[in-house]
Amino acid sequence: MILRWFFQIGTLFFNFFFSVGNLVVFIAKILTSGFIPPFYLKEVTTQLYKIGYTSLPVVGLTAFFTGGALALQIFEGGSRFNAESVVPSIVAIGMIRELGPVLGGLMVAGRVSAAMAAEIGTMKVTEQLDALTTLSTDPIKYLVFPRIIASIVSLPILVLVGNTIGVMGGLFVGVTRLNFNSNSYLLNTIEYLTFDDFLSSLIKATIFGFIIGVMGCYNGFFSNRGAEGVGRATTAAVVSSSILILASNYFLTELLFKP
Amino acid sequence: MINPILQTTGLSKRFITNEIFEGIDISINDGKSLAIIGGSGQGKSVLLKCIVGLIKPDSGEIFYEGSLLRGKHKQKFMNSFGIVFQGAALFDSLPIWENISFKFKYSKSHSAKERRQLAAEKLDLVGLPRSSLDLYPSELSGGMQKRVGIARAIATKPKNLFFDEPTAGLDPIMANTISTLIREVIQELGSTAITISHDLNSIRKIADDVALLHKGRIEWNGPIKAFEKSTNTNIKEFISPDST
Ligand SMILES: Nc1ncnc2c1ncn2[C@@H]1O[C@H](COP(=O)(O)OP(=O)(O)OP(=O)(O)O)[C@@H](O)[C@H]1O
Ligand SMILES: [Mg+2]
Repeated sequence: MILRWFFQIGTLFFNFFFSVGNLVVFIAKILTSGFIPPFYLKEVTTQLYKIGYTSLPVVGLTAFFTGGALALQIFEGGSRFNAESVVPSIVAIGMIRELGPVLGGLMVAGRVSAAMAAEIGTMKVTEQLDALTTLSTDPIKYLVFPRIIASIVSLPILVLVGNTIGVMGGLFVGVTRLNFNSNSYLLNTIEYLTFDDFLSSLIKATIFGFIIGVMGCYNGFFSNRGAEGVGRATTAAVVSSSILILASNYFLTELLFKP
Repeated sequence: MINPILQTTGLSKRFITNEIFEGIDISINDGKSLAIIGGSGQGKSVLLKCIVGLIKPDSGEIFYEGSLLRGKHKQKFMNSFGIVFQGAALFDSLPIWENISFKFKYSKSHSAKERRQLAAEKLDLVGLPRSSLDLYPSELSGGMQKRVGIARAIATKPKNLFFDEPTAGLDPIMANTISTLIREVIQELGSTAITISHDLNSIRKIADDVALLHKGRIEWNGPIKAFEKSTNTNIKEFISPDST
């Protein structure tokens, strides 16, 4: 009985380190093969459209409602010590430094890393990856690298748009529900923002983009055979990229935090 | 002419504890056509993938044109063949004409117009209407996909051709057409071919030699004439399943 426990824990650890090792090798392969020609630029533009452009509505809507809710909450909290006037700047700072990148990252992780895992996983189980190899096309170069580049490029742009819309959401709620004057709300927003806020937002977004691309492709690439394998790969892609985004967000905040 | 042009020695493969085959020695002479037969799940597809370098065998060697497949030589081999997979393996995201001419998609040698023309010619060859050029693989039937797969494999006029069950799932008339097509292509290109098949009529048409994969070994191999007269029980069963 105890022995079996040990065995199971052992297997768990082994599998964990095996996966991590596998992932490291995968990333190393991407980095080494991606930067030597041929380059599949058209694939990058296709993916930019798929990952970036089509995610705009989702990211925008999320940001708008979050910005609005944030304004209400901060107003409520601020009124407890007569500080309702902080609403514009706290909404902006909270949105840009934290919620914009995290929520944007999570939304895109749900959409995009799942789609990548499903697409590449299906290509694997239907031998399309094999077919690529026999047509002298490296699947990592042709499929994986463009997707990762596209998500690294898309995420900061999406987050920037999301941040702006989030602030607008706050503004909308502030003006319609909390009796703020729209000019002074905007002035207040801008006054306390620093370049560092934007920088930390973009750094986070870039790293989240990398996580989304890598986890989506990795799980698709190593999905097991059959439809069930692809289903599992899709779930694993979403779960692992979401957790990695939240965990790395903490460490990035710690790193970018200046007391 | 280098003979044998393709040869395996002691090829073995297992998936974790599931032993697929062991000690496979196959050789095929330049310009010849070999059929590999064997029951379902005996490892024929895995064997073919080992030969073309898609699956790494656990042990054993593969020789092409007399030298071991590795490095530059392997690169040369990888560029020398066309392969039709068991499930056709067409690229879902590309229309038929881009599927067929994929090998030239990113090379400067062919313009888009030339690639389309090439695809149209190959479609004629496999007996599909040119109106399918702009369709996507999901819009074709299984048999049509197979034919597109063949068109893609022969688009580069390869020196070596590999077919994994090219006639499986086709009606007898289409199966016969495809077999004839394969034979013609092999003859016209002077290619060396390995075909995995369950289809006796097709084998009679295509193959010069036959190898039987059974329980992880090559149980029998020899010329097609000897195959038909063989007293091996598995072969007799294969040729006329009811007589045993
Ligand atoms: N990637 C893989 N991982 C684990 N097992 C595999 C893998 N590929 C094949 N197998 C196993 O290898 C065995 C042989 O499979 P293979 O596809 O080569 O059979 P086959 O002879 O081509 O059969 P069929 O005529 O049905 O196509 C099967 O038991 C299969 O489950
Ligand atoms: Mg098979």
